[in-house]
Amino acid sequence: MPQSYAIMAEFENPADILHAAEKVRDEGFRNWDVFTPYPIHGMDGAMGLKNSKVGWFSFIGGCTGYATGMLIIWYMNAVNYPIVIGGKPMFSPFYSFPPSYELTILFGAFGSLLGMLFLNRLPRLHHPLLKNRRFALATHDRYFMVIECNDPKYSQIETQRLLESLGSRHIELVEDD
Amino acid sequence: MAAPSKSATMDYPVKVAAPPAILEREPLIKPTRNIAYISDAIAGVAEGPTPKWWWICFSISTTMLTVCWAMIFYLMSTGVGVWGLGHPVMWGWAIVNFVWWIGIGHAGTLISAILFLLRQRWRTSINRAAEAMTIFAVMCAGIYPLIHIGRIWYGWWLFPIPNSNGIWPQFRSPLMWDVFAVSTYFTVSVLFWYMGLIPDLAVMRDRAKTKIRKFAYGFFALGWTGANRHWSNYEKAYLILAGLSTPLVLSVHSIVSLDFSVSQLPGWHTTIFPPYFVAGAVYSGFGMVLTLLVPLRRLLHLEDIIRVRHVELMCKVTLATGSIVGYAYMMEFFIAWYSGNPYERFQFLNTRAADPYFLAPLFHTKAAPYWWAYWTMLICNVVVPQFFWFKKVRTSMFVVFILSILVNIGMWFERFVIVDLSLHREFIPSNWNYYSPTAIDILQFLGTFGLFFTCFLLFLRFVPLIAIAEVKGVTPQADPHNPLGGAKIGGGH
Repeated sequence: MPQSYAIMAEFENPADILHAAEKVRDEGFRNWDVFTPYPIHGMDGAMGLKNSKVGWFSFIGGCTGYATGMLIIWYMNAVNYPIVIGGKPMFSPFYSFPPSYELTILFGAFGSLLGMLFLNRLPRLHHPLLKNRRFALATHDRYFMVIECNDPKYSQIETQRLLESLGSRHIELVEDD
Repeated sequence: MAAPSKSATMDYPVKVAAPPAILEREPLIKPTRNIAYISDAIAGVAEGPTPKWWWICFSISTTMLTVCWAMIFYLMSTGVGVWGLGHPVMWGWAIVNFVWWIGIGHAGTLISAILFLLRQRWRTSINRAAEAMTIFAVMCAGIYPLIHIGRIWYGWWLFPIPNSNGIWPQFRSPLMWDVFAVSTYFTVSVLFWYMGLIPDLAVMRDRAKTKIRKFAYGFFALGWTGANRHWSNYEKAYLILAGLSTPLVLSVHSIVSLDFSVSQLPGWHTTIFPPYFVAGAVYSGFGMVLTLLVPLRRLLHLEDIIRVRHVELMCKVTLATGSIVGYAYMMEFFIAWYSGNPYERFQFLNTRAADPYFLAPLFHTKAAPYWWAYWTMLICNVVVPQFFWFKKVRTSMFVVFILSILVNIGMWFERFVIVDLSLHREFIPSNWNYYSPTAIDILQFLGTFGLFFTCFLLFLRFVPLIAIAEVKGVTPQADPHNPLGGAKIGGGH
């Protein structure tokens, strides 16, 4: 018999799921999430999420980019292949600024995208929810609350009752495989 | 979803007077359309049967694309002599087209990054298509510097790649800065575009009927589920990318302009160039966005999402940037006169502006050989956008379409005026020459249109051309604090 992965409750509008999230947060659940077709304003607070850490990845990326730019230009034009051009200095932070500036942005952008994917543990080629037929509406116009069965506070009857009291009209168990 | 009836507002204890009708803003999405309509309408474009007009446009653009490759092949096998280049005009149409195409791209990044930071919510209806336009325009632009070097097989010398010759690129030249600016611009535009696409590819995946589509969209959607823990990181990353793209887009055309202004040629050696190039780039880019989206919204039945209000707002940006460009032209002239530099004065009056009917007789000089190019530029870039002051013009789609094409023509001539007019008459009169393009130049330019439109048409057929998730997010139904989003009146939150 397939094990259950989670309990999934469907909501029909953003206000309902926002209030449901506040309730579930206050109940002290840990392994749960809200699935929406677009980011809902205020949901991070309603779920009790902290500020995203993506910024650190971008910052480290940007610093790496600037340092890389300055270092490779210094090495190429002043150390490994010095050549006098118009009496200009072999290395100057001024002429190497534009390429380093661009590399700051380039590495910072890679940092943001890859950092976002890393924090979200993506790409992920398989997910129990994506096998669920009804869940496909999460990218269309429905809002889902999913509480995983491995949550310490999870109990099939209690959790289902809680989700019903929050106004969900459709609740089902999602199979694991 | 049961939308609460209007009468619900009657129970609200405090009554606030509604703003007068004239201040009422046109909603971004037609109010009768719900969230499901948005994915159906947008994804439907890439799912439905291929329309006839698409095949017609596609066959024309692939033919032109073939011309593009053929011209590159001819150039490679024969040499740059097939173009109209010759001393002193060593930068002909290739560089003109490069600057023009890369300028076109700037509107896409402005819409996706700067308007995002400025919280202009109307950008959501147009940003995806505009970003696609950016990527394809930068691809077209990138071809020219590569092929204009003549010996294309040495193109890799532009990049810092360790090689057995033991030599390195030389970074004291602005041309090297340009290599970094343009390649960064392309890469970051692709990253930004792709990141915006991830949730929409998930929409396409969940709607897909066939196995191939399911796999392809599923593969590129990277397993996106729409979890709020993911959205939280995603929105932060999007904000940071917008924040990084803003200084990027301002720097790219500034660095392109440094290719010119770091040299000492009259007409090139100007400090006004970086802001002036950026304003011109945004102006031409919005011209191109209008040229593309005004017919598309009609052909693809997306008038409820790309509304007249969006077109109007784009016209206003065109007007603003066009006026900045007009101011820059004036300032260039003023500084040429005010500097007292005879070469600078000669460049602007005798080489550019002196038309045979008015200015040349007035100043007792000969007409400038290219006066027609200068005046085409002036009329298209200074006079044409001024029509956008009128609401009647901004709301008439046909007129907007025609004017947007004139904007594109005007900006091409601006690049031509800057690059070639400055070159063809510099300091010593014995160096002067009249430059004209060859048929190969012209076909090569048309060929890049083939590349651009082929890519753009494929984009329309396979990728959602409007950011579905973002458009959903700006509707009142998506706002949990709006009655249409399910908020209880007087519920307090």
